[in-house]
Amino acid sequence: METKLSFKDNTVVISPEAPFVVIGERINPTRRKKLAETMAQGDFSVAQQDALKQVEAGAHVLDVNVGIPGADEPALMRGAVQAVMGIVDVPLCFDMANPDALKAALEIYPGKALINSTTAEEEMMVRVLPLAKQFNAAVIGVIQDESGIPATPETRLKVARKLVNRAADFGVPPEDVIIDCLALTVGADHHAGRITLDSMKLVRQELGVNLSLGASNVSFGLPDRKILNIAYLALAIGSGLTTAITDPTVPEIQTTILACDLLTGHDEYAARWIKAFRKRAQAAA
Amino acid sequence: MELQKIYQSVVDGSAGEVQAGVQAALAEGVAADVILNQALIAAMEEVGKRFEEGDFFVPEMLIAARAMQSGLGLLKPHLIDSGVKAAGKVAMGTVKGDLHDIGKNLVAMMLEGAGFEVQDLGSDVDSQKFVQAAQDGANIIGMSALLTTTMSYMQTTIQALQTAGLRDTVKVVIGGAPVTDAYAKQVGADAFAPDASSAVRIIKQLVA
Repeated sequence: METKLSFKDNTVVISPEAPFVVIGERINPTRRKKLAETMAQGDFSVAQQDALKQVEAGAHVLDVNVGIPGADEPALMRGAVQAVMGIVDVPLCFDMANPDALKAALEIYPGKALINSTTAEEEMMVRVLPLAKQFNAAVIGVIQDESGIPATPETRLKVARKLVNRAADFGVPPEDVIIDCLALTVGADHHAGRITLDSMKLVRQELGVNLSLGASNVSFGLPDRKILNIAYLALAIGSGLTTAITDPTVPEIQTTILACDLLTGHDEYAARWIKAFRKRAQAAA
Repeated sequence: MELQKIYQSVVDGSAGEVQAGVQAALAEGVAADVILNQALIAAMEEVGKRFEEGDFFVPEMLIAARAMQSGLGLLKPHLIDSGVKAAGKVAMGTVKGDLHDIGKNLVAMMLEGAGFEVQDLGSDVDSQKFVQAAQDGANIIGMSALLTTTMSYMQTTIQALQTAGLRDTVKVVIGGAPVTDAYAKQVGADAFAPDASSAVRIIKQLVA
C-alpha cells in the first residue's frame, strides 16, 4: 500500500517498496526551552532553523507540534506552519490534540498532509477522521483504545483493524491510515520491544497498511539510549516499519536508516549510501 | 546488623533477602518503625539519590522499589499495631488521554518508600477519579502528563477539585516531560516536581 503525502508539487511516497520515510520530530517545544519561548512570542525563527537542519539531514516530512500551554493554539499553529512552509518544501505532519488548531493548519496547507494522530478511542476518531476526509489528509492511528494499550500482538491487531474500519466509515481509505503499534520502554518490561515488533509483523501481514513508530520510547530510563534506539529502528524496519517520527540530525539515526534502505533493496547501486559516506568524510576532513 | 543487610538488599533489589531480613529483624525484637525508617526508607533515599545522579537506571529503581514493597508488606500489620501514621495520603495518576505511566509509577514507589500511603489511580485518569480520591481523604494529588497534547487536562482536574470545593483540602503536585514550573503556576498547582526524588522532597515540604 502506498501512502502519498504532498506539499505543492513535491510528493513523498510511504511504502514497503520505497525508501524509508523520515518524519523530522524536532519542531516540538517539549524540553526545548528556546524553541518554546520563541514560538510563544510568535517568533518562528528557531522553528525555521529546525526545519532547515532536519531537511538537510535527510528528513522527508516534518512534524509540527506547537503544544505550548496557555497559548492560542490555532494562531500559533498557523504561524508555525506558514513559517515552515516559507523555508522548506517538504510535506508536513500536524501534531496536536486541539481540533481547532488542526483545522487551522489543514486550511492553509497546499497539499496532502499527515495528521499525528488519532487513537482508536471513539471520542477521538469522530473528532479527527472527518477532518482527514474533509482536507484529504492521511492520518496516523495509534493502537490504543478506551481500555488502554492492548497487551498482545493479536489484540493490537484487533485495535488496528478497528482504526482502519472506522477510517473507512468516514471515507478515509486504508492507504491513508498509518498504524503506530506503540513502542513501550524495555526499561519497565523487557518483553515490550518484542511485543511491538511481533504486532507490527502481524498488522503488516493482515492489513497491509504502512507502519510508523515513535521508536525512541523503547530506551526510556536506560543508559546508552542511542545504541538501543538505532538497533530497535533496524529491527522495526525488518518487521515492516515504513516511516518513523525521529530526529534525523542525530547522525547515527540517519546512517542506520540509509544502511537499512540499502540492505532492504531500496538504494540502487548503493548511490545514496556512498553519497552520505562522502559527505561524512568531507565533514570530517 | 540486620538493618544494614535489609538496606543493602533493597538497594540491590533482592526481594527475597529483604523479606528474610525483615523477618529476622522482627524476630530479634527490632521495632517495625525502626526497620521502616532505618532500612527501607533510608535505602530508597539512597536509590533515589543514585537515580538523580545518573548512576541508577529505571529497571534498577523498579526492582529496588519492588524489594522495598515486599518488606513493607511484612511490616504493615506491625506498623498498624504500633500506631505508626503514614506521612500523608497521596492519590496519583497519569491524566486522561495519556498512558505514559513509568514516571508516575516511580514517583508512587518512591513516595511509598518515604512512608506515604499511596493510592495509584493508574493512567488515563478522569478528573472525577481525582476528585473522588480527594473526597476519600487524600491530602496530596499527584498528576503526570508526558504529552503537550494531554497536559492541559491537569488544569481541568484542578478546576474539578475547585468546583467540588476540595481545592483547599489538598496539595496538587504535577510533573512530566512537557511540564514546567511556570506551567504549574499557570494552572494553579501547588508545585512542579522535575523527577521522582525531588517529588518526594517537595511533597514532604508541602505537608510539613
